[in-house]
Amino acid sequence: MRVQLSINGEKHEADVEPRLLLVHLIRDVLRLTGTHIGCDTTHCGACTVLLEGRPVKSCTMFAVQANGKSLMTVEGLEQDGKLHPLQEGFMAEHGLQCGYCTPGMLMTGYAFLGKHPTPTEDEIRVAISGNLCRCTGYVNIVKAVQHAAATLREGAAR
Amino acid sequence: MIPAAFEYHAPASLDDATALLARLGEEAKILSGGQSLIPLMKLRLSSPPHVVDINGIPGLSYIREADGVLAIGALTRESELEESEIVRARYPLLHDTCKVIADPLVRNLATIGGNLAHADPANDHPATMLALGAEVVARGPSGQRRLPIASFFTGPFETALAPGELLVEIRIPAPAARSGGAYFKLERKVGDFATAAVAAQLTLRSDGAVEQAGIALTNVGLTPIKAVQAETSLRGKRLDDATIAQAARLASAASEPAADLRGSVAYKKDLVRVLTGRALRKAAERADRRR
Ligand SMILES: Cc1cc2nc3c(=O)[nH]c(=O)nc-3n(C[C@H](O)[C@H](O)[C@H](O)COP(=O)(O)OP(=O)(O)OC[C@H]3O[C@@H](n4cnc5c(N)ncnc54)[C@H](O)[C@@H]3O)c2cc1C
Ligand code: FES
Ligand code: FES
Repeated sequence: MRVQLSINGEKHEADVEPRLLLVHLIRDVLRLTGTHIGCDTTHCGACTVLLEGRPVKSCTMFAVQANGKSLMTVEGLEQDGKLHPLQEGFMAEHGLQCGYCTPGMLMTGYAFLGKHPTPTEDEIRVAISGNLCRCTGYVNIVKAVQHAAATLREGAAR
Repeated sequence: MIPAAFEYHAPASLDDATALLARLGEEAKILSGGQSLIPLMKLRLSSPPHVVDINGIPGLSYIREADGVLAIGALTRESELEESEIVRARYPLLHDTCKVIADPLVRNLATIGGNLAHADPANDHPATMLALGAEVVARGPSGQRRLPIASFFTGPFETALAPGELLVEIRIPAPAARSGGAYFKLERKVGDFATAAVAAQLTLRSDGAVEQAGIALTNVGLTPIKAVQAETSLRGKRLDDATIAQAARLASAASEPAADLRGSVAYKKDLVRVLTGRALRKAAERADRRR
């Protein structure tokens, strides 16, 4: 089947088998390997991408379901060679160690901050509760999201 | 994990979908949020030759309250229920429930229709709908029919839907004054199914006695369980400690859990007792606030 979709604002087309999972279209066919596969059982959120602005697990969707849709992956965060404040936040607050969960955390965090510019710690913890981190722990990840929220608020105030 | 090959269909209308499902018969599976079906297909526990994706059918996603009924379209996502102002303000039992299903990412795709049609005894909406006295609307090639939720769940992963019939709407009676509900679920971690969970919905009279009670249980039997004796025990009574304790014992007696990694039979039965007490107290507190 022919699918057409937009990823990070760019149009893509591919011929796919209906059983191809979205994450494999993204990684193996389109070679956007920033999106990870962790558990492959819908539990970890390493494969999180934004579908029409909402974070979803791309290992639990068929590529054909994304036909005509607009997606965003972790590659879409950096703009004109400049990291997104959320990425800066993860660096500044040591929000990653191995980095396996990070693309998913970033996509969930990005969608979350779009709706919650002044989040509480509890709200952040609930928002990332579908993204598992097995090595950094969540304390610094929460701080990284708070760091980004502050930067984004400053930017908006200016 | 790669599912077995299948043919993909994306009908653009309900009529096309029902015609297609009638033609394909047992060979086809309906795809809504895919958050149960796709994991099963990846494990090859399910390998349907045809998948009928209903996500492209317009008009199946809505939350509307009119004429004394809250009507919810089958394709409404859990996250949409969670964000709905009507649900938050007027249907606290439903609001409690959608917040504890799976995790926020799964809830962005998972649908309320899929949750009921899947009929996993571990799914959370079934007990909630039993406590609320909901109806579901099913649509097949020969038209539409309404089914009371109490006769919907016929076995584990089995419903009263005829082959090829689509669940299109869920209808919940609008709450009378002095009504309230609550859902209490014990889960080992976010994204886990319930060790046990209890849905309670109450309507109180002006003197504080119970006019109507709905109590139902999640994941402690082969189907969701409506705790009828516990419900009846409350009718006409004021909710003092002894009355709540008795209803909690009756709910526990109605449960039929199996021992598994989440706990022993005795533990789960006692958990039902404790959660029923908590759910009733919370439901009564909320009912009291909505005079
Ligand atoms: C990690 C994880 C944790 C979860 N935790 C919970 C939890 O705690 N509580 C809980 O309740 N659920 C949980 N779920 C299940 C989730 O809520 C499912 O998505 C839901 O049960 C099914 O909804 P769906 O829209 O995804 O349906 P799908 O997966 O698309 O379909 C499920 C089944 O229902 C049928 N079907 C779907 N829609 C219709 C329809 N309109 N008419 C007729 N048949 C239909 C399909 O053919 C299929 O057989 C979890 C899922 C995951 C992946
Ligand atoms: S790889 Fe998709 S949830 Fe783990
Ligand atoms: S940084 Fe290693 S799993 Fe999160």
